[in-house]
Amino acid sequence: MALRDITLDDIESLAVGAWVLGTGGGGSPYLGLLNMRALYKEGHRVRLMPSQELADDDWVAAVSNMGAPLVGQERLTDSRTIARAVALMERHTGYRFRGIMALEIGGGNSIQPLMAAAHLGRPVIDADMMGRAYPEAQMTSVAVADLAPCPLTTVDVRGLESVVEKVPTWKWMERVSRKICTEYGSIASTCKAPRTGAEVKKWGIQGTTTKAIAIGHAVREAQRRHEDPIAAILSVEPGKLLYKGKVVDVERRATEGFLRGRTRFDGMDDWRGAAMEINFQNEWIVAWLDGKPIAMSPDLICVLDSVSGEAVGTETIRYGQRVTVIALPPPPVFLSPKGLQHVGPRAFGYDIEFKSVFA
Amino acid sequence: MRRIGIDVGGTNTDAVLIEDGKVVRAVKAPTSEDVTTGILDSLKSLGSTGVLKDAGGAKRIDGVMIGTTHFINAVVQRRHLTKVAALRLGMPASASLPPFCDWPEDLAALVRGGVWMVEGGHEYDGRPFMPLDEAAVTRAAGEMKAAGLGAVGISAIFSPLDPGHERRAAELVRAVLPDAAITCSSDLGRIGLLERENAGLLNAALADLARDTIAAFEKAIRESGIAAPLFITQNDGTVAEAAQARRLPVYSFASGATNSMRGAAYLSGLADAMVIDVGGTTTDVGQLRHGFPREANSVVQVGGVRTLFRMPDLLSIGLGGGSHVSLDPLKVGPVSVGYRLLKDGIAFGGRQLTTTDIAVAAGVLALGDRARVAHLDAATCRKVFAEAARLAEEAIDRMKTEAADVPLIAVGGGAFLIPEKLAGVSRVIHVEHGDCANAVGAAIAQVSGECDQIFKDMTRTEAIAAAQGIAQDRAVAAGADRASLATIESEDMPLAYLPGNSVRVRVRVVGDVAAG
Repeated sequence: MALRDITLDDIESLAVGAWVLGTGGGGSPYLGLLNMRALYKEGHRVRLMPSQELADDDWVAAVSNMGAPLVGQERLTDSRTIARAVALMERHTGYRFRGIMALEIGGGNSIQPLMAAAHLGRPVIDADMMGRAYPEAQMTSVAVADLAPCPLTTVDVRGLESVVEKVPTWKWMERVSRKICTEYGSIASTCKAPRTGAEVKKWGIQGTTTKAIAIGHAVREAQRRHEDPIAAILSVEPGKLLYKGKVVDVERRATEGFLRGRTRFDGMDDWRGAAMEINFQNEWIVAWLDGKPIAMSPDLICVLDSVSGEAVGTETIRYGQRVTVIALPPPPVFLSPKGLQHVGPRAFGYDIEFKSVFA
Repeated sequence: MRRIGIDVGGTNTDAVLIEDGKVVRAVKAPTSEDVTTGILDSLKSLGSTGVLKDAGGAKRIDGVMIGTTHFINAVVQRRHLTKVAALRLGMPASASLPPFCDWPEDLAALVRGGVWMVEGGHEYDGRPFMPLDEAAVTRAAGEMKAAGLGAVGISAIFSPLDPGHERRAAELVRAVLPDAAITCSSDLGRIGLLERENAGLLNAALADLARDTIAAFEKAIRESGIAAPLFITQNDGTVAEAAQARRLPVYSFASGATNSMRGAAYLSGLADAMVIDVGGTTTDVGQLRHGFPREANSVVQVGGVRTLFRMPDLLSIGLGGGSHVSLDPLKVGPVSVGYRLLKDGIAFGGRQLTTTDIAVAAGVLALGDRARVAHLDAATCRKVFAEAARLAEEAIDRMKTEAADVPLIAVGGGAFLIPEKLAGVSRVIHVEHGDCANAVGAAIAQVSGECDQIFKDMTRTEAIAAAQGIAQDRAVAAGADRASLATIESEDMPLAYLPGNSVRVRVRVVGDVAAG
């Protein structure tokens, strides 16, 4: 497989699909999408490259924006900022990156590598390190693999630039980089520890940009044809329909810098009389049906608008919304005992044994 | 209290007089091409029995409340819009997404007079993001003047938290352009720079229309001999004084539907219920909570522009008194004869079978010539009514937020289509003057104040109290009587990733219009 061009229509689909894979978090891809529309209008184009095309000794940049989605809503997103984080890493390490990949395919961070790639003229690597969205730095495939967490660059739109040269663990990286981000105004563009082509091929979660585009395309096509967008998602992904209902209560609280809480639903259609509750920490973590846990991280729990098929986020879900809950299969790397230590229900404080919807 | 409520709809301009909580008189007049004539006509008709005068013969009215679709129609139809200078304070952030960047091309071409972006704005915690570049603002104002622009929309990063930079920039612009109509985005609340800025730009684009329309309303009232303050109803079921509505016309965008729901609450005495407003062409279904429509919380598109307006959460379906009916196979709506009902309906000598013809045949309505619809037997009528009821039931079920049966208030000229029993509904309430519920809603509108901002290093209780104080001050500034204020919405959201127990609080209070 060779490189292929990503069309603007692909990016429109990516924005919809990545929001679904955000499993409630990850921030809206809307501002990234607007930037890509502007870049494509100016004549920029981005190509997508499968990991298999990488040589073992190639270097790959992994990028993401970190911080509060709310600050992003005010400062907006400038496509050049993430490119500067990559350029700083190249200056710092002396590497020349073969391509740029997403840390997190879920939500707005799915578009960050495209913006950097457009400015730097490199391809986007079709892989990420979460296969979804997660709240913390150690909740990635590369952290499960115990790959090096540093160095890391953080930049902001005013020209601030920092490098975290050395930390012993991913948890340390989370703490130190979070501090820098806070000082920048709770938003920073980051380039994570560079990865070799061999590492990306072994530990990357493969094909996730293509997957997000396919999901988004299915939803948009169904909307255009006035067909059921949720059935359309389930026709392109081996997911499971878990529930249809209405939001009857949303309870949110901020603890240790995260948005935690729970949403309760009353069943509709086939689920009339059945109550669902979903706990979240930025993302949807555990779904309970009539008091029994039926789906949990690392399975992807996606709460979707029943009419539009578009994802509903934990920050914006509200009383009265009519939603459909589906589960999508998790990346296999998270199903190992080590993987479950990082992202299983106990990693989020739920003393339950992981049981996959797909087992 | 004697108040006149007027609703300027697409077809009719309705007017009601309310005195001490009772509807004294309600009238309908056709909406005129120039809105003013329709209002004058409806006021003339309202006063034709002498109800507007007191014992001494003077017209004693405490307030006139007008609801209008004028402003939203201007945006949707791309008419009467003014070119706007956009001034954003936030450089070097956001440069790749300038003002108007997500507008539909045709509307942007009409409204975009020029874009200026200079350094300024704040952080989430109130620190300046960049110092305001005052020299650049003054330079921009000079260029606006040279370009002949008279309407300006100013936005700044995190201005809902600290409007200081926007206000200072407005002063600097005014020093160069003393007559400019300036909209600061902080006056339109809500976090989300792009959506707030869009609202501000739309507002600035309506500056000339708002000035002319409200002047025309004032003239109509003056000419009708009524000496009472004018209020304009807003999207959320409250009113603003004419001066504020002239400054912020975007807040009056969706008032028609809201007024119907508020009127339904008032006429029925219910504060929590579903409302179905059946017009000639469409039926709106919404939900009343504490006497106000439940608001849509998500992004609202107006004429293709993404905004964060306060709008009622409504579901519209193609069912009304003018809906086309075909019998084989049975189909009701969504096409309607609309305002041609009295010409095209069969009972009126026309050729199109409508829901109104069915009601005439069934003896539900005494309109037109019943003989012309004598061929429609009782079984046929029952089938059509059942189909209309099914459409209504489906819409109600989609808008309900609880599984239990709820009361339903049926208003609007087509309310005869709503039967006494519906699935999911505990009881159906038909009310007197229900066909003028929108004008009643305008007459009884209250004044609101809202606060939506981030509080840091406070307990949740302290933050909510602080937000309440700000919202109350804003309501009083908008004309409310402080003693009557009540909080009707309070929502708090802790902010992920922000340190120091940051919490975003949104509070809305309402109160009665202060006397005199």
